[in-house]
Amino acid sequence: MERLIEKWQDKISEVTIGAKKPVKIGGETGIFFIDGEDKCPNPPKVAMEVWDMEPEAWPETLKANFGKALKTPGEWAKMCAEKFGADIICLRLASIHPDSKNTSSQDAGKVLEEILGAVSIPLIVIGSGSPEKDNDVLLHCANISKGQNCLFGIATQNNYKTLTAACVSNGHSIISEAPIDINIAKQLNILICDMQFPADKIVIHHATGALGYGLEYTYSIMERTRLAGISGDKMLSMPMISFVGQEAWRTKEAKTGAKDTGIMWEITSATAYLNSGADILVLNHPKAVSETKKTINNFTLRQ
Amino acid sequence: MFIIGERINGMFKDVAKAIKEKDKAAIQSLAKKQIECKANALDVNVGPASSNPREAMEWLVKTIQEAADITLAIDTTKQDVMEAGLSLCKSKPIINSVNANEEKMKALFGLAKKYKASIIGLTMDKAGIPKDSEGRLELAMKMVASCMEHGIDVSRLYLDAVILPVNVAQPHAKEVLKTIRDSKMLSDPAPKTVLGLSNVSQGSQAQYKSLINRTFLSMAIASGLDAAILDVTDKELMDSLITAELLMDKQLYCDSYLDAYRKK
Repeated sequence: MERLIEKWQDKISEVTIGAKKPVKIGGETGIFFIDGEDKCPNPPKVAMEVWDMEPEAWPETLKANFGKALKTPGEWAKMCAEKFGADIICLRLASIHPDSKNTSSQDAGKVLEEILGAVSIPLIVIGSGSPEKDNDVLLHCANISKGQNCLFGIATQNNYKTLTAACVSNGHSIISEAPIDINIAKQLNILICDMQFPADKIVIHHATGALGYGLEYTYSIMERTRLAGISGDKMLSMPMISFVGQEAWRTKEAKTGAKDTGIMWEITSATAYLNSGADILVLNHPKAVSETKKTINNFTLRQ
Repeated sequence: MFIIGERINGMFKDVAKAIKEKDKAAIQSLAKKQIECKANALDVNVGPASSNPREAMEWLVKTIQEAADITLAIDTTKQDVMEAGLSLCKSKPIINSVNANEEKMKALFGLAKKYKASIIGLTMDKAGIPKDSEGRLELAMKMVASCMEHGIDVSRLYLDAVILPVNVAQPHAKEVLKTIRDSKMLSDPAPKTVLGLSNVSQGSQAQYKSLINRTFLSMAIASGLDAAILDVTDKELMDSLITAELLMDKQLYCDSYLDAYRKK
């Protein structure tokens, strides 16, 4: 039987992250991993989370992989890059949150510099989820890492101006996030571009739901975004990121289930998001990283 | 929606003057302005006053292509002028137009094949324009068949159901809309549909022309219209076009959807 190959009229923008060893994401001309439809010019990348403090809420099965390195962000990042094969490091500035340690911009800047000195792979830098504090700290971090071409987040519809300005003046890329709302995602990208921000430095995040916790909603929104993007909607033709690790390890199954349940949860969620079009998967467990990378290789080798 | 800008037409006084005086800058500025306003192609018509239409067409095509890289719709009833224009086009052109006369179809589908052109087919023949949609569809079917006989993909045929001015032929508008809807059933893949929009308001009072145009365009888009030859510089018309497409689910909604379309 003849296979019907869909031809799409447009392509996803290519975003380059990093300076010393830059990686490219995006550039798709079709749906990922459909033989003949997409050439997959830049296979999806796996990022690993590194925090600026020891993540107290992480279960032991997860913490055990990193040992003492959890107390030293530079060491932790090096371990992720060299031992576990991460393509990108995702620095989460958890300690700056006023309800956590309320650490300062300068403290965060030191951690960022420590990681930049320890690894040469690209960096994602995200805040703590406190809009005002994040604005202060990320502005400082964007300034001191000028020229490193990091990916900063997270810009939302109600809080995007400071971060956009900080990224545009320091040459960084930005993560724009709309909580599972494709119309707001498009609007936010327009607002960011209206500030003279280049569209090919935006990465979309639709919020991530782990398996059993809203994965299917995010999946279908991501798929729709990708279809709109390759159909010519320039304000949605950006690569996408999924924070799979944080969501998988938040589930009660991962925290209280059998030893490997969390890992399985993370791998399963990551695999689903790969198929929905995610270009960067942010993961936590080294086993999930190696298995997801295997899956990516298998998928892309087949083409 | 595939949008063909109508402005480079010798019927307009400024264009006739530019052709006569070989004023390249005037034509190139019209081309650029229409492209800025999101035209996907530009109609090129030397107008009735030209003493040497062939030479004028060649000059227009060359002049536009010096300034812009865009699809051109060569708009003439004379075959030698048509071929002169087509032969100079750098990207696949559009033939504007053929009708359902046998000899016209033979000649122009032949040219479409030769120049890999898309082709606009007017639902009229020697007897004129049919008064209802059934008559229009009959002629449309003849052109679909001729298109297939010439080995041209039917999706390259743009059927134009020929809208007449509302002030002289009011009953035609609803027949045109019905033709747009029903022509999708003529073949699989279906032919595309196009309208020479401004004709609907020809002869109406100046202050109502834009309103009549945009209202009819919205109705035609709701009927499934694929392309239109229109005044892309009419902002209200373009706003209506974008909004009608949005309501037909052709574009994803966001609060700045008008800007989003124009940023494409």
